[in-house]
Amino acid sequence: MRRVAILSCGLTKVEKHWRKSLRELFGDAAKEALKDTRIPGIDALIVGNMCASDLSDQNNIGALLADYLGIIPSTAYRVEAACGSGGAAILAAYASVASGMYDFVMTGGVEKLTDGVGGDTTYSLGKAADAEYELFFGASFVSLNALIMNHYMHVYHVSREAFADLAVFMHKNGARNPYAQLPFEITRETVLNSEMIADPITLYDCAPVGDGAAVVIMCPLENAPKYSDNFVEITGVAGATDTINISSRSDLLSLNSTVVAVNKAYKMAKVTPADIDVAEIHDTFTITGALSIEDLGFSKKGKFNKLLSDGAFEPGGVVAINPSGGLKSRGHPVGATGSYQVAEVTMQLMGKAGRMQVPNAEVGLTQNIGGSGSSTYVAILRRAR
Amino acid sequence: MSVPRYWREIPERSRLEASKCTTCGNIIYPPRARCAKCGSDSIGPYQLPERGKILTFTVIRNPPRGFEKMAPFILGIIELEDGARLTTQITDVMPREVIIGMPVEAVFRKVSEDGDSGIIQYAIKFRPVF
Amino acid sequence: MISVKPIIDVAISGWGSYIPMYRIAVEEIARVWGKSPKHFREELLIDEKAVAGIDEDVATISVEASKNALNRAGLNPKELGAVFVGSESKPYAVKPTGTIVAEAIGATPRVLSADMEFACKAGTECLQCCIGLVGSGMINYGLAIGADTAQGAPADPLEYSAGCGGTAFIVGRKDKEKEPVAILEGSVSYVTDTPDFWRRPKRDYPSHAEAFTGEPAYFTHITSATKLLLEELSLMSTDFKYAVFHQPNGKFPLRAAKILGFKKEQVEPGLLVPYIGNLYAGSSLTGFSAILDVAAPGDRVLLVSFGSGAGSDAFSFVVQEGVRTKRDMASKVMDYIKRKQNIDYAIYCKFRGKIVL
Repeated sequence: MRRVAILSCGLTKVEKHWRKSLRELFGDAAKEALKDTRIPGIDALIVGNMCASDLSDQNNIGALLADYLGIIPSTAYRVEAACGSGGAAILAAYASVASGMYDFVMTGGVEKLTDGVGGDTTYSLGKAADAEYELFFGASFVSLNALIMNHYMHVYHVSREAFADLAVFMHKNGARNPYAQLPFEITRETVLNSEMIADPITLYDCAPVGDGAAVVIMCPLENAPKYSDNFVEITGVAGATDTINISSRSDLLSLNSTVVAVNKAYKMAKVTPADIDVAEIHDTFTITGALSIEDLGFSKKGKFNKLLSDGAFEPGGVVAINPSGGLKSRGHPVGATGSYQVAEVTMQLMGKAGRMQVPNAEVGLTQNIGGSGSSTYVAILRRAR
Repeated sequence: MSVPRYWREIPERSRLEASKCTTCGNIIYPPRARCAKCGSDSIGPYQLPERGKILTFTVIRNPPRGFEKMAPFILGIIELEDGARLTTQITDVMPREVIIGMPVEAVFRKVSEDGDSGIIQYAIKFRPVF
Repeated sequence: MISVKPIIDVAISGWGSYIPMYRIAVEEIARVWGKSPKHFREELLIDEKAVAGIDEDVATISVEASKNALNRAGLNPKELGAVFVGSESKPYAVKPTGTIVAEAIGATPRVLSADMEFACKAGTECLQCCIGLVGSGMINYGLAIGADTAQGAPADPLEYSAGCGGTAFIVGRKDKEKEPVAILEGSVSYVTDTPDFWRRPKRDYPSHAEAFTGEPAYFTHITSATKLLLEELSLMSTDFKYAVFHQPNGKFPLRAAKILGFKKEQVEPGLLVPYIGNLYAGSSLTGFSAILDVAAPGDRVLLVSFGSGAGSDAFSFVVQEGVRTKRDMASKVMDYIKRKQNIDYAIYCKFRGKIVL
């Protein structure tokens, strides 16, 4: 297996991009990634997307985007793993380069949630769950996570306020991110007083609905110096699954797909949680963020709030979590989120993160979840010397 | 939901017909082709019990398409007497009266209607034992 | 020569009821329409009526009543040879409720099933059919259900009494029933074309001929059917411990009793309308169910339904030992009556689908 580098990245601001179509949005991010890379061409395009089929009436995204970018006849296809599509695409792209099959692979994600009217978008997003045994009963993505949050609070006696504080933390970071959808600070009261969606989850516990695209370009590590002065290495990458139906989970309060995936990735990269300087984790809802922090090994079970209030997750703390603002503040263009996370950590390790920069970031981690924990894709990146 | 999809799962959703791994005894619901615990594909029929308690719940106030008339309604995970769990609605109780751990029993109820010209979808929900 | 009972004697093997938990009081309805509740409480003897929840309908009511009946009968549902549902508020205009119920209780596929309609006597129709099928030897057990979630038009007098609920009876062969609940002595039906109450297909609510629904409809058919049955069986009103008449309100069954020579004490234990309203096709059957919850072996019970359009089915049953052993195997009518939560007119409208979204 060859070692793999990320040469460059490109991303759009996350927002309700009314004036950009699916292909235009991806095109913007891709052109940014291609700028100044001097590579001879793209051998393969692997793109993550969840909702285009429902909301934009568009399947066959791989071919569409290869066509739009003028990179035909390169190999192109779409990877779908609900909101983990971006992370799954990273894993597929890594494998295609590491195996020796392709040299220059463009991978990214794009999502146009605003192509759907409110009800259509929620309905499409809900399809990450078990259609016959969860959606059948009127469950939606929010309500399934609310079941987990309610159980968590009951078992660990963690207050509603602690979750609100996590959202406040994300916004504090996102306020420094020029690509963020909601780049402003909020208070505990903002969260607690916002509209109740499914008890106890309120509007400000949830990532916003928005559009975006993020792209990275990979090549074999040994070739990277020829094409770029500043690149990073993917030292660990893994994916794992758990039951799709949350009532079948062996532990409702543990994202076992995250636990298994991250341990595989740590082993592959030969690091431990203590070695991670910066992490972009998957906080679709505050409960998802809390569980992710714990299951990635950054906190003991039921204790995320203690470390949060101690400042452990600030830039310069034990591990800088979501300097981008995370899904809560940077935004969550579903199938693209995993790609955003890798692009953001790449920029951190390249020293190009601007006001979000975590000083001396050497090792970074991304964690992208599909559904309510049914799959997780983890990548570990290292600054290359 | 299409007619074939509703009709096909009636035994599972309306009669709580589940499966059990005949190798290791693992109760499997919803149905699966192989046992996740031991990997066996020797799966036999199993009838879930009709009583249990509420493991967790939430109140849905922004209903998805098709459930507009029902809001607010309660979604929950029930832990049955034999340890098996399932996700379903909790009915015949006000949101503010629901408590984690409440004993509940199975009832056959309407889940949704495909407008006023489509079919009516029924399944087992749970209500507080009285 | 016709008989009032089949060649093979039949018995009741099990019985069960279901009443939804929600109630709306007559005061609350009267408040909205500017009427006085006095007439309904004091003359018609209705205090409140049972209202089906947003996720309930005749199919769901029938399923719970049937499961209660099966538990009491101690039967495997596959032993049922027929499942009949009588109602005037079935969920589909075309598609049998009977198959929804039969599938949900596990009685399919070798079973006869259909829906019956004869206004409030549809439930006892189903009972008559099961009696015939069991009594002919064609089936061993028949499930007869009367259930309704009938609507009264807003502001109409019937809005105060149109309640929701239902009851199921399992009929079996007397010679095969180890613990019969009651034996059938005989039954008759008395039917004429009397249009006292009806609903045309495109209307949401029924229409009625007001006072005409009294003497020419309810009273003529109830008294005629009863007299016919008593004559056939050579019985008198004093031979009965209990008498259950169809209960559109509290006044009519008490007056019918008086006309026929029955005492208040014989009727009152089965008079449920003050607490739950008129259950339409479930009305007289639920009254009978409440009687079985308290009756003793040896008690003779008269059951007379009335369905608009019009007709009455009259039955005479003698309670057996099985009633004692089986009674506690399912929730009783009083258990369901006591399980209640009062709602206001707004929630009532929401539950009954009167709000256009």
